[in-house]
Amino acid sequence: MAQKTYAGVTVEVNEEGYFTDPSQWTPEIAKEIAAEEGVELTDKHFEMLEYLRNKFNSGDALSIRGINKSGIVDVKTFYGMFPGAPLKKSTKIAGIPKPSSCV
Amino acid sequence: MTKKLLILGAGTGGTIMANKMRKDLSRSEWDITIVDQYKTHYYQPGFLFIPFGYYKEADVIKPKSSFVPVGVNLVYSEIDKVDGENNKVFLKDGEVLQYDILIIATGTKIMPEETPGLKGELWHKSVFDFYTIEGAKALARFFKTWEGGDLVINIADMPIKCPVAPLEFTFFADAFFLERGMRDKVNITYVTPLSGAFTKPRASNMLGGLLKDKNINIVTDFVLAEVDNGKKTIKDYSGQEIPFDCLISIPLHGGDSMVERSGLGDDFGFVQTDKNTLQSNKFENIFVIGDAGNFPTSKAGSVVHFEADVLFENLQCYIEGRPFTAEFDGHSNCYIETGHGKGALIDFNYDTEPLPGSFPFPGIGPFGLLKETRMNHYGKLMFRWIYWHILLKGKEMPIDTKMTMAGKKLN
Repeated sequence: MAQKTYAGVTVEVNEEGYFTDPSQWTPEIAKEIAAEEGVELTDKHFEMLEYLRNKFNSGDALSIRGINKSGIVDVKTFYGMFPGAPLKKSTKIAGIPKPSSCV
Repeated sequence: MTKKLLILGAGTGGTIMANKMRKDLSRSEWDITIVDQYKTHYYQPGFLFIPFGYYKEADVIKPKSSFVPVGVNLVYSEIDKVDGENNKVFLKDGEVLQYDILIIATGTKIMPEETPGLKGELWHKSVFDFYTIEGAKALARFFKTWEGGDLVINIADMPIKCPVAPLEFTFFADAFFLERGMRDKVNITYVTPLSGAFTKPRASNMLGGLLKDKNINIVTDFVLAEVDNGKKTIKDYSGQEIPFDCLISIPLHGGDSMVERSGLGDDFGFVQTDKNTLQSNKFENIFVIGDAGNFPTSKAGSVVHFEADVLFENLQCYIEGRPFTAEFDGHSNCYIETGHGKGALIDFNYDTEPLPGSFPFPGIGPFGLLKETRMNHYGKLMFRWIYWHILLKGKEMPIDTKMTMAGKKLN
């Protein structure tokens, strides 16, 4: 367990930098994590982050294929928004645990 | 008036529940009906053995009716939808079944048509699945005369049924081509959407090590976008391309289309269910078992078996109007064939990743956890007999429903 400070707030994160308490998240914090990940957040990004947080809060599993059903962007665009490993990056910025891809 | 227990799906979960509930509920008080569109019960773990000629079709099929007990009505029909508000199930043939309690056990199926190009002109010619009997048999025929090339094993995206099966397939393929004296002609690549060989860290390390030892390439974080039949490549969403001569695809999985028509499912048609009580999130008299649910654990037979014990107890609670006393912990127990007559075994739940140790008896075994042994391989082979004769009939097995830490080593 570790702590990090974003936008003047100290938050609890795990060894990979994922939030252990998603309720500590704010949009201001998201901007700073995004900067660390080399992503600049647009309104579309925030819509996506909100979708991910809602999914997580309702106990649904997150997956790449599910993005097509989000009604916000398709998977290709999602890859463009969070280059590299989009689900891992976006969940980190959204302040929720890394998806376990439910075994 | 007699009450009605209705079970949708006569696969592993539905059949076990029919057996358990018929023994428990008085026939004068409860009618039990089970509905399935197919007459054949497949031993699905056996599909893995078919492409390599270790099993034949006859080794993995029996009539469903052999496992449904006397006193349970077996109806063969497709299911149209569940009307949860009015406690009714509509069948495709027009019949309407009323229920007091409904168990959904309609499983999961592969959906190759969801990925562009996957079910294209090469389907079952040089692109195969082994999650259906047709795919497994087509592949067995193909392997008999294949002269080698790039063999790519690809998981389209999670969740999939039996997440270790693609690894077992890969280990079997290595052993199979080695035994045929042509391993040097087959370049094997394992392509996965995960960041390692498996989802849980320690098992991933152990299984990743085995891939390396067997000279199998691994490509991670690859989420399948399309199959190019002309160029014979698979592409992911970031544009990465991998060529194949033979593609073994584990396509996207989804729940039965009945779930979506009934408005009970998540984005992939898995029924939204309380992961501990196994009760539907929408209707209190609907319960779910096995692959049909959105449980965050493996879609696997062992999970169904452990869930059946929990569901049995909770149904008794529900019928008698008591609070639920049983809780499912996500327990999963998987034999992993590693080839050459050896196997590994993993045992885990929602909160505890697979750990090394011995199973089921601490310090004794006979099975070894998270390591390759001959005994683990025999365990897998014996399991087919156990499945037909003990498991489906809902009889007791000497394995705890809840995962236990006894026999596991933390460090």
